[in-house]
Amino acid sequence: MATSFSDRRGVLTGAAAMLAAGAARAETVTLPFGNGERPVATYPEKRPMLLLTERPPQLETPYSVFDTGAFTPNDAFFVRYHLAGTPPRGLDAATFRVKVGGAVERPLDLGLADLRRDFPAVTLAAVNECSGNGRGFSAPRVAGGQLGEGMMGNALWRGVSVKALLERAGAKPSAHAVEFNGADRPQITTIPDFVKGLGIDHARDGEVMLAYEMNGAPLPLLNGYPLRLIVPGYYGTYWVKHVNELTVLEQESQSFWMQKSYRIPDNDCACTPAGSPATATRPIGKLNVRSFITNLTDGQTARASPRTLVRGIAFDGGSGIQAVELSTDGGATWKPARLGQDHGKYSFREWSAQVPLRPGEHVLIARAKSRAGEIQPLTASWNPSAYMRNVADPVRVTVA
Amino acid sequence: MRRPALLLLAGLVLAAPLQGAAREASAKPPPAYNPPPETSRLIEGPGVDLARRYCLTCHSADYMSTQPPHMPAAFWRNEVAKMRNNYGAAVPEDAAKAITDYLVATYTEPSAGRK
Repeated sequence: MATSFSDRRGVLTGAAAMLAAGAARAETVTLPFGNGERPVATYPEKRPMLLLTERPPQLETPYSVFDTGAFTPNDAFFVRYHLAGTPPRGLDAATFRVKVGGAVERPLDLGLADLRRDFPAVTLAAVNECSGNGRGFSAPRVAGGQLGEGMMGNALWRGVSVKALLERAGAKPSAHAVEFNGADRPQITTIPDFVKGLGIDHARDGEVMLAYEMNGAPLPLLNGYPLRLIVPGYYGTYWVKHVNELTVLEQESQSFWMQKSYRIPDNDCACTPAGSPATATRPIGKLNVRSFITNLTDGQTARASPRTLVRGIAFDGGSGIQAVELSTDGGATWKPARLGQDHGKYSFREWSAQVPLRPGEHVLIARAKSRAGEIQPLTASWNPSAYMRNVADPVRVTVA
Repeated sequence: MRRPALLLLAGLVLAAPLQGAAREASAKPPPAYNPPPETSRLIEGPGVDLARRYCLTCHSADYMSTQPPHMPAAFWRNEVAKMRNNYGAAVPEDAAKAITDYLVATYTEPSAGRK
Protein backbone atom coordinates (compact mmCIF):
# COMPACT_ATOMS: atom_id res chain seq x y z
CA MET A 1 0.00 0.00 0.00
CA ALA A 2 2.83 2.35 0.78
CA THR A 3 3.69 4.32 -2.27
CA SER A 4 6.69 6.39 -3.12
CA PHE A 5 4.67 9.11 -4.75
CA SER A 6 5.03 11.66 -2.05
CA ASP A 7 6.11 14.71 -3.93
CA ARG A 8 7.99 17.46 -2.22
CA ARG A 9 5.29 19.91 -3.03
CA GLY A 10 2.71 17.43 -4.14
CA VAL A 11 0.17 15.37 -2.31
CA LEU A 12 -0.76 11.84 -3.19
CA THR A 13 -4.50 11.72 -3.26
CA GLY A 14 -6.26 8.63 -2.05
CA ALA A 15 -8.26 7.94 -5.17
CA ALA A 16 -6.91 4.41 -5.21
CA ALA A 17 -8.01 3.79 -1.65
CA MET A 18 -11.61 4.48 -2.54
CA LEU A 19 -11.55 1.84 -5.24
CA ALA A 20 -11.30 -1.89 -5.01
CA ALA A 21 -7.89 -3.35 -4.24
CA GLY A 22 -5.74 -3.54 -7.32
CA ALA A 23 -7.09 -0.39 -8.86
CA ALA A 24 -3.90 1.45 -8.03
CA ARG A 25 -3.77 2.97 -11.51
CA ALA A 26 -6.33 5.52 -10.41
CA GLU A 27 -3.63 7.22 -8.35
CA THR A 28 -2.97 10.84 -8.95
CA VAL A 29 -0.38 13.25 -7.61
CA THR A 30 -1.55 16.78 -6.96
CA LEU A 31 1.15 19.35 -7.58
CA PRO A 32 0.53 22.40 -5.37
CA PHE A 33 -0.74 24.80 -8.01
CA GLY A 34 -4.09 25.22 -9.75
CA ASN A 35 -4.94 22.35 -12.12
CA GLY A 36 -2.01 20.44 -10.64
CA GLU A 37 -3.64 17.00 -10.63
CA ARG A 38 -1.47 14.52 -12.50
CA PRO A 39 -2.40 10.91 -13.19
CA VAL A 40 0.27 8.36 -12.38
CA ALA A 41 0.87 6.36 -15.56
CA THR A 42 3.19 3.60 -16.68
CA TYR A 43 4.71 4.02 -20.14
CA PRO A 44 7.00 1.62 -22.03
CA GLU A 45 10.38 1.17 -20.31
CA LYS A 46 9.25 3.49 -17.51
CA ARG A 47 8.18 3.02 -13.93
CA PRO A 48 4.99 4.85 -12.86
CA MET A 49 5.52 8.56 -13.58
CA LEU A 50 3.50 11.78 -13.34
CA LEU A 51 1.64 12.14 -16.64
CA LEU A 52 1.55 15.73 -17.89
CA THR A 53 0.27 15.01 -21.40
CA GLU A 54 -0.56 11.87 -23.33
CA ARG A 55 0.16 12.95 -26.92
CA PRO A 56 2.96 13.72 -27.33
CA PRO A 57 3.97 11.92 -24.13
CA GLN A 58 5.34 14.09 -21.35
CA LEU A 59 6.27 12.40 -18.09
CA GLU A 60 7.63 13.90 -14.90
CA THR A 61 9.97 12.08 -12.52
CA PRO A 62 8.43 11.43 -9.08
CA TYR A 63 10.27 13.78 -6.76
CA SER A 64 11.20 11.01 -4.29
CA VAL A 65 13.55 9.56 -6.93
CA PHE A 66 15.93 12.48 -6.42
CA ASP A 67 16.52 11.32 -2.84
CA THR A 68 17.90 7.96 -4.00
CA GLY A 69 21.28 9.06 -5.34
CA ALA A 70 23.21 11.26 -7.70
CA PHE A 71 22.09 9.38 -10.82
CA THR A 72 18.53 9.18 -12.08
CA PRO A 73 17.54 5.66 -13.17
CA ASN A 74 16.67 5.33 -16.85
CA ASP A 75 13.16 4.09 -16.07
CA ALA A 76 12.51 7.19 -13.96
CA PHE A 77 14.11 9.77 -16.27
CA PHE A 78 11.68 12.49 -17.40
CA VAL A 79 10.21 12.60 -20.91
CA ARG A 80 9.49 15.70 -22.94
CA TYR A 81 8.42 15.81 -26.60
CA HIS A 82 7.12 18.62 -28.81
CA LEU A 83 5.58 16.99 -31.84
CA ALA A 84 2.61 14.68 -32.21
CA GLY A 85 3.57 11.31 -33.59
CA THR A 86 6.44 11.01 -31.14
CA PRO A 87 8.27 8.93 -30.25
CA PRO A 88 9.04 7.98 -33.86
CA ARG A 89 8.19 4.36 -34.65
CA GLY A 90 10.33 1.75 -36.33
CA LEU A 91 13.68 2.84 -34.94
CA ASP A 92 16.19 0.00 -34.82
CA ALA A 93 19.72 0.31 -33.44
CA ALA A 94 20.89 -2.29 -35.96
CA THR A 95 19.84 -0.23 -39.00
CA PHE A 96 19.89 3.32 -37.59
CA ARG A 97 22.07 5.77 -39.52
CA VAL A 98 23.39 9.21 -38.62
CA LYS A 99 24.52 11.55 -41.39
CA VAL A 100 26.98 14.42 -41.19
CA GLY A 101 26.71 16.88 -44.06
CA GLY A 102 26.58 20.52 -45.06
CA ALA A 103 29.81 22.49 -45.11
CA VAL A 104 32.13 19.48 -44.82
CA GLU A 105 34.78 17.96 -47.08
CA ARG A 106 33.56 14.35 -46.63
CA PRO A 107 29.90 13.77 -45.77
CA LEU A 108 29.45 10.83 -43.38
CA ASP A 109 26.75 8.19 -43.15
CA LEU A 110 27.35 6.01 -40.09
CA GLY A 111 25.69 3.19 -38.23
CA LEU A 112 25.89 2.72 -34.48
CA ALA A 113 28.46 -0.05 -34.92
CA ASP A 114 30.61 2.43 -36.87
CA LEU A 115 30.35 4.93 -34.03
CA ARG A 116 31.39 2.32 -31.47
CA ARG A 117 34.20 0.88 -33.59
CA ASP A 118 35.73 3.88 -35.32
CA PHE A 119 35.58 6.63 -32.72
CA PRO A 120 36.87 6.89 -29.15
CA ALA A 121 34.14 6.63 -26.53
CA VAL A 122 33.46 9.65 -24.33
CA THR A 123 31.86 9.10 -20.93
CA LEU A 124 30.42 12.00 -18.99
CA ALA A 125 27.94 12.58 -16.16
CA ALA A 126 25.58 15.41 -17.00
CA VAL A 127 22.28 16.85 -15.83
CA ASN A 128 19.49 17.29 -18.33
CA GLU A 129 16.98 19.84 -17.08
CA CYS A 130 13.95 21.02 -19.02
CA SER A 131 14.01 24.77 -19.67
CA GLY A 132 10.59 25.07 -18.01
CA ASN A 133 11.20 22.86 -14.98
CA GLY A 134 9.05 24.32 -12.17
CA ARG A 135 6.94 26.44 -14.55
CA GLY A 136 3.79 25.64 -12.56
CA PHE A 137 5.19 27.70 -9.67
CA SER A 138 5.62 30.85 -11.75
CA ALA A 139 3.78 33.85 -10.28
CA PRO A 140 2.00 35.15 -12.21
CA ARG A 141 1.49 31.91 -14.06
CA VAL A 142 2.20 31.54 -17.76
CA ALA A 143 1.13 29.24 -20.59
CA GLY A 144 3.10 26.12 -21.40
CA GLY A 145 3.78 22.75 -19.84
CA GLN A 146 2.75 23.13 -16.19
CA LEU A 147 5.71 21.37 -14.63
CA GLY A 148 6.57 20.58 -11.05
CA GLU A 149 10.24 20.05 -10.27
CA GLY A 150 10.58 16.59 -11.78
CA MET A 151 11.70 17.56 -15.28
CA MET A 152 15.37 17.02 -14.53
CA GLY A 153 17.70 14.08 -14.27
CA ASN A 154 21.36 13.12 -14.13
CA ALA A 155 22.89 10.27 -16.08
CA LEU A 156 26.24 8.87 -17.12
CA TRP A 157 26.27 9.31 -20.89
CA ARG A 158 28.56 7.36 -23.21
CA GLY A 159 29.00 8.06 -26.88
CA VAL A 160 31.15 9.84 -29.44
CA SER A 161 32.10 13.50 -29.40
CA VAL A 162 30.69 15.71 -32.12
CA LYS A 163 34.22 17.03 -32.38
CA ALA A 164 35.50 13.64 -33.57
CA LEU A 165 32.69 13.39 -36.12
CA LEU A 166 33.40 16.88 -37.48
CA GLU A 167 37.11 16.11 -37.72
CA ARG A 168 36.35 12.94 -39.67
CA ALA A 169 33.97 14.81 -41.96
CA GLY A 170 36.36 17.74 -42.33
CA ALA A 171 34.29 20.77 -41.39
CA LYS A 172 35.18 23.60 -43.77
CA PRO A 173 36.94 26.73 -42.44
CA SER A 174 33.75 28.65 -43.20
CA ALA A 175 31.77 26.50 -40.71
CA HIS A 176 29.80 28.70 -38.31
CA ALA A 177 27.24 26.43 -36.64
CA VAL A 178 25.92 22.87 -36.55
CA GLU A 179 22.26 21.90 -36.78
CA PHE A 180 20.98 18.72 -35.15
CA ASN A 181 17.86 16.95 -36.34
CA GLY A 182 16.20 13.80 -35.03
CA ALA A 183 14.06 11.08 -36.54
CA ASP A 184 10.85 12.64 -35.23
CA ARG A 185 8.80 14.59 -37.77
CA PRO A 186 5.80 16.90 -37.46
CA GLN A 187 2.33 15.54 -38.17
CA ILE A 188 1.56 18.40 -40.54
CA THR A 189 3.97 19.96 -43.02
CA THR A 190 3.24 23.49 -41.79
CA ILE A 191 4.58 22.63 -38.33
CA PRO A 192 8.31 23.30 -37.92
CA ASP A 193 10.51 20.22 -37.53
CA PHE A 194 12.34 20.04 -34.22
CA VAL A 195 15.87 21.16 -35.08
CA LYS A 196 18.41 22.82 -32.78
CA GLY A 197 21.66 24.63 -33.50
CA LEU A 198 24.95 25.14 -31.71
CA GLY A 199 27.83 27.43 -32.58
CA ILE A 200 30.68 25.55 -34.26
CA ASP A 201 33.12 26.07 -31.38
CA HIS A 202 30.57 24.84 -28.88
CA ALA A 203 29.67 21.83 -31.03
CA ARG A 204 33.31 20.76 -31.21
CA ASP A 205 34.34 21.43 -27.62
CA GLY A 206 34.91 17.69 -27.17
CA GLU A 207 32.13 17.33 -24.59
CA VAL A 208 29.06 17.79 -26.79
CA MET A 209 28.37 14.22 -27.87
CA LEU A 210 26.04 11.74 -29.46
CA ALA A 211 25.24 9.22 -26.72
CA TYR A 212 24.35 5.58 -27.38
CA GLU A 213 24.40 4.65 -23.70
CA MET A 214 22.74 6.10 -20.62
CA ASN A 215 23.80 4.82 -17.20
CA GLY A 216 25.49 1.83 -18.82
CA ALA A 217 22.49 0.72 -20.89
CA PRO A 218 21.01 1.60 -24.28
CA LEU A 219 18.72 4.61 -24.10
CA PRO A 220 15.01 4.06 -23.47
CA LEU A 221 12.97 4.88 -26.56
CA LEU A 222 11.36 7.82 -24.74
CA ASN A 223 14.77 9.28 -23.91
CA GLY A 224 16.09 9.23 -27.47
CA TYR A 225 16.90 5.61 -28.45
CA PRO A 226 19.17 4.77 -30.09
CA LEU A 227 21.21 8.01 -30.21
CA ARG A 228 20.81 11.34 -28.48
CA LEU A 229 22.62 14.66 -28.50
CA ILE A 230 24.15 15.54 -25.12
CA VAL A 231 24.96 19.20 -24.51
CA PRO A 232 26.53 19.24 -21.04
CA GLY A 233 25.55 22.24 -18.94
CA TYR A 234 22.82 23.37 -21.34
CA TYR A 235 19.06 23.15 -20.99
CA GLY A 236 17.31 20.05 -22.28
CA THR A 237 15.86 21.76 -25.35
CA TYR A 238 19.24 21.25 -27.05
CA TRP A 239 19.43 17.54 -26.28
CA VAL A 240 17.87 16.36 -29.56
CA LYS A 241 16.54 12.80 -29.31
CA HIS A 242 16.82 10.08 -31.98
CA VAL A 243 19.47 12.32 -33.59
CA ASN A 244 20.22 11.23 -37.15
CA GLU A 245 21.35 14.33 -39.02
CA LEU A 246 24.13 16.85 -38.36
CA THR A 247 24.38 19.73 -40.81
CA VAL A 248 27.33 22.08 -40.73
CA LEU A 249 26.18 25.61 -41.56
CA GLU A 250 28.01 28.72 -42.70
CA GLN A 251 25.57 30.94 -40.78
CA GLU A 252 23.57 30.54 -37.58
CA SER A 253 20.68 28.12 -37.48
CA GLN A 254 17.44 29.54 -38.84
CA SER A 255 15.35 26.79 -37.20
CA PHE A 256 12.06 27.92 -35.69
CA TRP A 257 13.19 26.26 -32.44
CA MET A 258 16.18 28.62 -32.28
CA GLN A 259 14.75 31.81 -33.76
CA LYS A 260 11.19 31.85 -32.36
CA SER A 261 11.06 29.41 -29.50
CA TYR A 262 13.11 28.75 -26.37
CA ARG A 263 14.27 32.34 -26.13
CA ILE A 264 14.91 34.32 -22.96
CA PRO A 265 15.04 38.06 -22.25
CA ASP A 266 18.35 39.39 -23.51
CA ASN A 267 19.57 40.92 -20.25
CA ASP A 268 21.73 39.86 -17.31
CA CYS A 269 18.89 38.39 -15.25
CA ALA A 270 17.05 36.85 -18.23
CA CYS A 271 13.98 38.39 -16.62
CA THR A 272 11.31 41.04 -17.10
CA PRO A 273 8.96 42.78 -14.66
CA ALA A 274 6.22 40.27 -13.77
CA GLY A 275 3.68 40.11 -16.58
CA SER A 276 5.76 42.10 -19.07
CA PRO A 277 7.05 40.89 -22.43
CA ALA A 278 10.74 41.03 -23.35
CA THR A 279 11.87 43.68 -25.81
CA ALA A 280 14.90 41.72 -27.00
CA THR A 281 15.59 38.01 -26.67
CA ARG A 282 18.35 35.45 -27.16
CA PRO A 283 18.37 31.64 -27.27
CA ILE A 284 18.30 29.96 -23.87
CA GLY A 285 21.71 28.61 -22.83
CA LYS A 286 23.38 27.28 -19.72
CA LEU A 287 21.63 25.83 -16.68
CA ASN A 288 21.08 28.14 -13.75
CA VAL A 289 22.59 27.00 -10.45
CA ARG A 290 20.04 25.09 -8.37
CA SER A 291 19.73 22.94 -5.29
CA PHE A 292 16.96 20.86 -3.77
CA ILE A 293 16.23 19.35 -0.38
CA THR A 294 15.21 15.80 -1.23
CA ASN A 295 14.56 14.00 2.07
CA LEU A 296 12.06 16.42 3.61
CA THR A 297 8.91 17.66 1.97
CA ASP A 298 7.11 20.95 2.34
CA GLY A 299 4.43 20.73 5.01
CA GLN A 300 5.97 17.67 6.62
CA THR A 301 6.02 16.85 10.35
CA ALA A 302 9.31 15.73 11.88
CA ARG A 303 10.52 14.62 15.29
CA ALA A 304 12.64 17.00 17.35
CA SER A 305 16.30 16.03 17.27
CA PRO A 306 19.69 17.62 17.99
CA ARG A 307 20.94 16.09 14.73
CA THR A 308 18.35 15.96 11.98
CA LEU A 309 19.68 14.82 8.64
CA VAL A 310 18.85 17.14 5.75
CA ARG A 311 20.15 16.18 2.34
CA GLY A 312 19.69 16.90 -1.33
CA ILE A 313 21.26 17.60 -4.69
CA ALA A 314 22.77 20.61 -6.45
CA PHE A 315 23.98 21.39 -9.97
CA ASP A 316 24.83 24.27 -12.28
CA GLY A 317 25.69 24.96 -15.90
CA GLY A 318 29.12 23.39 -15.80
CA SER A 319 31.44 25.30 -13.48
CA GLY A 320 30.64 22.79 -10.74
CA ILE A 321 29.18 23.26 -7.27
CA GLN A 322 31.40 25.18 -4.87
CA ALA A 323 29.17 25.09 -1.81
CA VAL A 324 25.66 24.41 -0.55
CA GLU A 325 24.36 26.26 2.49
CA LEU A 326 21.38 25.35 4.62
CA SER A 327 19.17 27.64 6.68
CA THR A 328 16.68 26.38 9.25
CA ASP A 329 15.30 29.83 10.05
CA GLY A 330 13.94 31.00 6.73
CA GLY A 331 17.21 32.46 5.50
CA ALA A 332 18.26 34.50 8.57
CA THR A 333 21.33 32.35 9.20
CA TRP A 334 23.16 29.77 7.09
CA LYS A 335 25.54 26.92 7.72
CA PRO A 336 27.55 25.01 5.13
CA ALA A 337 26.46 21.54 4.06
CA ARG A 338 28.89 18.71 3.38
CA LEU A 339 29.29 17.95 -0.32
CA GLY A 340 29.16 14.36 -1.52
CA GLN A 341 31.20 12.62 -4.17
CA ASP A 342 32.16 14.72 -7.18
CA HIS A 343 30.99 12.91 -10.33
CA GLY A 344 32.07 15.77 -12.56
CA LYS A 345 31.20 19.40 -13.05
CA TYR A 346 28.03 18.69 -15.04
CA SER A 347 26.59 16.15 -12.59
CA PHE A 348 24.18 16.30 -9.69
CA ARG A 349 26.25 16.84 -6.55
CA GLU A 350 24.81 15.31 -3.43
CA TRP A 351 25.01 17.27 -0.18
CA SER A 352 23.97 16.70 3.42
CA ALA A 353 23.88 18.45 6.78
CA GLN A 354 23.00 17.58 10.37
CA VAL A 355 21.00 20.32 12.03
CA PRO A 356 19.31 20.67 15.41
CA LEU A 357 15.55 20.99 15.07
CA ARG A 358 13.66 22.04 18.21
CA PRO A 359 9.88 21.75 18.47
CA GLY A 360 8.08 24.39 16.47
CA GLU A 361 7.81 25.61 12.90
CA HIS A 362 10.96 25.68 10.79
CA VAL A 363 11.55 27.01 7.33
CA LEU A 364 14.42 25.14 5.71
CA ILE A 365 16.13 26.61 2.67
CA ALA A 366 19.07 25.20 0.74
CA ARG A 367 21.01 27.40 -1.62
CA ALA A 368 23.89 26.46 -3.88
CA LYS A 369 26.84 28.49 -5.06
CA SER A 370 28.63 27.57 -8.27
CA ARG A 371 32.37 27.74 -8.81
CA ALA A 372 31.60 30.52 -11.26
CA GLY A 373 30.24 32.50 -8.31
CA GLU A 374 26.52 32.30 -9.04
CA ILE A 375 24.26 31.95 -6.00
CA GLN A 376 20.61 30.94 -5.99
CA PRO A 377 18.33 33.92 -5.30
CA LEU A 378 15.89 33.88 -2.36
CA THR A 379 13.16 35.50 -4.40
CA ALA A 380 12.08 34.30 -7.82
CA SER A 381 12.56 36.44 -10.90
CA TRP A 382 10.03 36.25 -13.73
CA ASN A 383 10.13 35.84 -17.49
CA PRO A 384 7.32 35.35 -20.02
CA SER A 385 7.99 31.64 -20.61
CA ALA A 386 8.93 30.79 -17.01
CA TYR A 387 12.28 29.37 -18.08
CA MET A 388 15.34 28.81 -15.88
CA ARG A 389 13.60 28.83 -12.50
CA ASN A 390 16.21 28.61 -9.75
CA VAL A 391 14.84 30.35 -6.65
CA ALA A 392 15.94 28.73 -3.37
CA ASP A 393 12.57 27.35 -2.31
CA PRO A 394 11.52 27.12 1.35
CA VAL A 395 10.57 23.74 2.83
CA ARG A 396 8.30 24.24 5.84
CA VAL A 397 8.61 21.57 8.53
CA THR A 398 6.63 21.25 11.75
CA VAL A 399 8.78 19.71 14.48
CA ALA A 400 7.03 18.03 17.40
CA MET B 1 52.70 -26.64 -42.78
CA ARG B 2 51.76 -23.32 -44.20
CA ARG B 3 48.37 -24.32 -45.44
CA PRO B 4 46.61 -24.53 -42.08
CA ALA B 5 47.93 -21.10 -41.16
CA LEU B 6 46.53 -19.66 -44.37
CA LEU B 7 43.22 -21.34 -43.74
CA LEU B 8 43.21 -19.94 -40.25
CA LEU B 9 43.92 -16.49 -41.63
CA ALA B 10 41.14 -16.87 -44.18
CA GLY B 11 38.85 -17.89 -41.36
CA LEU B 12 39.73 -14.74 -39.43
CA VAL B 13 39.07 -12.55 -42.44
CA LEU B 14 35.72 -14.23 -42.92
CA ALA B 15 34.95 -13.94 -39.25
CA ALA B 16 35.54 -10.20 -39.13
CA PRO B 17 32.33 -9.12 -40.88
CA LEU B 18 30.43 -11.79 -38.98
CA GLN B 19 31.75 -10.36 -35.75
CA GLY B 20 30.55 -6.96 -36.90
CA ALA B 21 27.15 -8.42 -37.68
CA ALA B 22 27.06 -10.08 -34.28
CA ARG B 23 27.79 -6.74 -32.63
CA GLU B 24 24.97 -5.09 -34.53
CA ALA B 25 22.68 -7.93 -33.60
CA SER B 26 23.61 -7.51 -29.97
CA ALA B 27 22.46 -3.90 -30.14
CA LYS B 28 19.25 -3.29 -28.25
CA PRO B 29 16.38 -4.42 -30.47
CA PRO B 30 13.69 -1.91 -31.41
CA PRO B 31 11.62 -1.37 -28.28
CA ALA B 32 7.96 -2.21 -28.51
CA TYR B 33 5.94 0.91 -27.96
CA ASN B 34 2.49 0.34 -26.58
CA PRO B 35 1.60 3.34 -24.44
CA PRO B 36 -1.55 3.42 -22.34
CA PRO B 37 -4.61 4.37 -24.40
CA GLU B 38 -5.32 8.09 -24.66
CA THR B 39 -8.06 8.92 -22.18
CA SER B 40 -8.10 12.71 -21.77
CA ARG B 41 -11.18 14.28 -23.38
CA LEU B 42 -12.24 17.81 -24.20
CA ILE B 43 -15.03 19.19 -22.06
CA GLU B 44 -18.32 19.29 -23.96
CA GLY B 45 -19.57 22.72 -24.91
CA PRO B 46 -20.30 24.96 -27.88
CA GLY B 47 -17.32 24.78 -30.24
CA VAL B 48 -15.96 21.48 -28.96
CA ASP B 49 -16.24 19.89 -32.41
CA LEU B 50 -13.94 22.53 -33.91
CA ALA B 51 -11.47 22.15 -31.05
CA ARG B 52 -11.52 18.40 -31.53
CA ARG B 53 -10.89 18.76 -35.24
CA TYR B 54 -8.18 21.41 -35.21
CA CYS B 55 -6.46 21.08 -31.82
CA LEU B 56 -6.45 17.34 -31.18
CA THR B 57 -4.71 16.65 -34.49
CA CYS B 58 -1.46 17.62 -32.83
CA HIS B 59 -1.95 17.08 -29.10
CA SER B 60 -4.14 15.47 -26.48
CA ALA B 61 -6.82 17.32 -24.53
CA ASP B 62 -4.70 17.45 -21.36
CA TYR B 63 -2.77 20.26 -23.07
CA MET B 64 -5.81 22.41 -22.25
CA SER B 65 -6.88 20.92 -18.94
CA THR B 66 -3.47 21.31 -17.30
CA GLN B 67 -3.20 25.03 -18.08
CA PRO B 68 -3.66 27.38 -15.12
CA PRO B 69 -7.26 28.05 -14.04
CA HIS B 70 -8.80 31.53 -13.87
CA MET B 71 -6.76 32.95 -16.75
CA PRO B 72 -8.19 35.94 -18.60
CA ALA B 73 -9.68 35.57 -22.08
CA ALA B 74 -6.49 37.03 -23.54
CA PHE B 75 -4.61 33.96 -22.31
CA TRP B 76 -6.60 31.61 -24.54
CA ARG B 77 -6.69 34.11 -27.42
CA ASN B 78 -2.87 34.21 -27.26
CA GLU B 79 -2.63 30.44 -27.16
CA VAL B 80 -4.77 29.98 -30.26
CA ALA B 81 -2.82 32.72 -32.04
CA LYS B 82 0.46 31.08 -31.01
CA MET B 83 -0.65 27.72 -32.38
CA ARG B 84 -1.69 29.28 -35.70
CA ASN B 85 1.05 31.85 -36.21
CA ASN B 86 4.05 30.18 -34.62
CA TYR B 87 3.41 26.45 -34.63
CA GLY B 88 1.74 26.26 -38.00
CA ALA B 89 -1.66 24.91 -36.96
CA ALA B 90 -3.88 25.16 -40.03
CA VAL B 91 -6.94 26.69 -38.38
CA PRO B 92 -9.17 28.99 -40.47
CA GLU B 93 -9.84 32.37 -38.89
CA ASP B 94 -13.53 31.80 -38.14
CA ALA B 95 -12.74 28.44 -36.55
CA ALA B 96 -9.98 30.05 -34.49
CA LYS B 97 -12.46 32.59 -33.15
CA ALA B 98 -14.94 29.86 -32.23
CA ILE B 99 -12.25 27.73 -30.60
CA THR B 100 -11.06 30.71 -28.57
CA ASP B 101 -14.61 31.34 -27.36
CA TYR B 102 -14.95 27.65 -26.48
CA LEU B 103 -11.69 27.62 -24.49
CA VAL B 104 -12.52 30.84 -22.63
CA ALA B 105 -15.98 29.56 -21.75
CA THR B 106 -14.82 26.09 -20.79
CA TYR B 107 -11.28 26.18 -19.40
CA THR B 108 -11.25 29.20 -17.13
CA GLU B 109 -12.88 27.23 -14.31
CA PRO B 110 -10.65 25.70 -11.63
CA SER B 111 -9.64 22.09 -12.21
CA ALA B 112 -11.62 22.00 -15.43
CA GLY B 113 -11.40 19.11 -17.77
CA ARG B 114 -9.27 16.44 -16.21
CA LYS B 115 -10.93 13.16 -16.93
